[in-house]
Amino acid sequence: MKSKGKRSIMKVAQVIRSKNSGPYELTLDIIFKERRYYELFKKKKLITAGKIASLYGVDKADVLKIIYFEPSQAIKVTLKRRIPSGTPGDTDIYGAQQHAPLLNIKF
Amino acid sequence: MEKRKKLPPFKILSTTAILGYGFPESSFKKGLSKKPDLIAADAGSTDPGPYYLGSGKSFTNRTAVKRDLRLMIKAGVEKNIPVIIGSAGGSGARPHLEWCLDIVRDIAREEKLHFKLGIAEADIKKETVLKALKNGQISSLPFVPPLTPAVVEESENIVAQMGIEPFIKLLEAGAQVIVAGRSYDPAVFAALPIWRGYDPGLALHLGKILECAAIAATPGSGSDCAFGTLTEDSFILEALSPERKFTPESAAAHTLYEKSDPYHLPGPGGSIDLTGCKFEDLGQGRVRVSGSRFIPSDGYWLKLEAVRLAGYRSISVAGVRDQIMIDKIDDILKAVEVRVRDILGKDSEGSQIYFHVYGKNGVMGELEPVKKTRSHELGIVIEVVAPAQAEADAVLALARSVLLHYGYEGRIATAGNLAFPFSPSDVAMGKVYEFSIYHLMEVSDPAFFPVRIEQV
Repeated sequence: MKSKGKRSIMKVAQVIRSKNSGPYELTLDIIFKERRYYELFKKKKLITAGKIASLYGVDKADVLKIIYFEPSQAIKVTLKRRIPSGTPGDTDIYGAQQHAPLLNIKF
Repeated sequence: MEKRKKLPPFKILSTTAILGYGFPESSFKKGLSKKPDLIAADAGSTDPGPYYLGSGKSFTNRTAVKRDLRLMIKAGVEKNIPVIIGSAGGSGARPHLEWCLDIVRDIAREEKLHFKLGIAEADIKKETVLKALKNGQISSLPFVPPLTPAVVEESENIVAQMGIEPFIKLLEAGAQVIVAGRSYDPAVFAALPIWRGYDPGLALHLGKILECAAIAATPGSGSDCAFGTLTEDSFILEALSPERKFTPESAAAHTLYEKSDPYHLPGPGGSIDLTGCKFEDLGQGRVRVSGSRFIPSDGYWLKLEAVRLAGYRSISVAGVRDQIMIDKIDDILKAVEVRVRDILGKDSEGSQIYFHVYGKNGVMGELEPVKKTRSHELGIVIEVVAPAQAEADAVLALARSVLLHYGYEGRIATAGNLAFPFSPSDVAMGKVYEFSIYHLMEVSDPAFFPVRIEQV
């Protein structure tokens, strides 16, 4: 059910992307348009390992780290790749199209 | 303390994000007019996947690489500016290095250029890795399975990302053009200034940004030059074409790219610490960066990369437009695999069968959170990976024909289930590699990589 008054992350993010960080990790970046939204996400801990794990349907242990990067007002999340880049069964060699679940974040 | 002479600004022209991705000649000329002390480019990446390291092929095009190198080497040799290329041929193992050296020699002959060519090899012998493994000098990176002797034996083209040391060795020997195998991306930019006495933290951080050339500018481009000026306490970034500039945001955002921790960037011998780093707008599209520090690690660790053969691949591409079939697609594909394995029995045991279903979960696979398919059509790539090409071809042919004529429950389109865009429908893709080694190895001598000088 849609909760009232919630906003989509797409309204406040300038960049939402995914990419390999080496063949075994997938790294997700959310760069905010304005400092105040970055601060809000940071203060309210809106991005947690549990939240990422549930968005991607993976174990919390597969979320390696969540880092707040001040110079870019950005949040970086690094996940275990389901399958290493290029190993049979992989679907995205560069890991460049694995960001879509983040677009559904509401706050 | 003895008062030493202040170091003059050290200027670096980075031509392109990956050698062969190209750059406008106008940007390059503008860079040259600023009298650079170094022209360099990184040529490598593991991004395109394990195939290129395993097969010994470059993921960049020969004509494109030759075009980029011709401009760089001609200008460098004529103006006496060192030219440094790292991760030759993309993956930087011996076949890739030889491929790139062949292009360099071609250019020298065609342009009648003579210079001292420095060559550094990044290949690591299996015995060296096995010995390190025995001595506890191998460490696993996150999510990478621990290395075993069996995996080392199965691996092909083991390389290590070299640091600045082999480059310095070649510069000391008088090399004017250096072509190296697999290298730590920033090393090609940082080796010469660090050798001249500049701060390694700043030099390596500058290298980290310049290795992607104008990608770190805005609008970003992998096919345009970038210019860096290193001083004793900071470095300045600027773009070389009027349509782009560096901003504190663009430079900082690039620091996030493809890395798991933007504050600590590990490399050979230590890491770049950016916790005290400042990005300052100087106007006119220029950014000053300061505060980057190099923190040496406990022991000198290099990153190893290698792949092993995973089999041979065949694929077939087809579309589905029938709603009844789309609604049952998961069950149908499962049943097709069961039927194929039933018919082939033992002959399909070594084969892996994958259905990439675009319009459903082709991009994210099991990670796809949208479970209900709303597409009116699906694209299916049938993939088989088997121990031999003939086996992959056979299993694929059967999977394709069984799926084409599979009589699923409720079927009313009885002429065929698939729309093939091509004849032939099946493609033999050849060898499939997978990463097998992606570990750190401790070495006592960071300059142990074989280097040589060739008079061209």
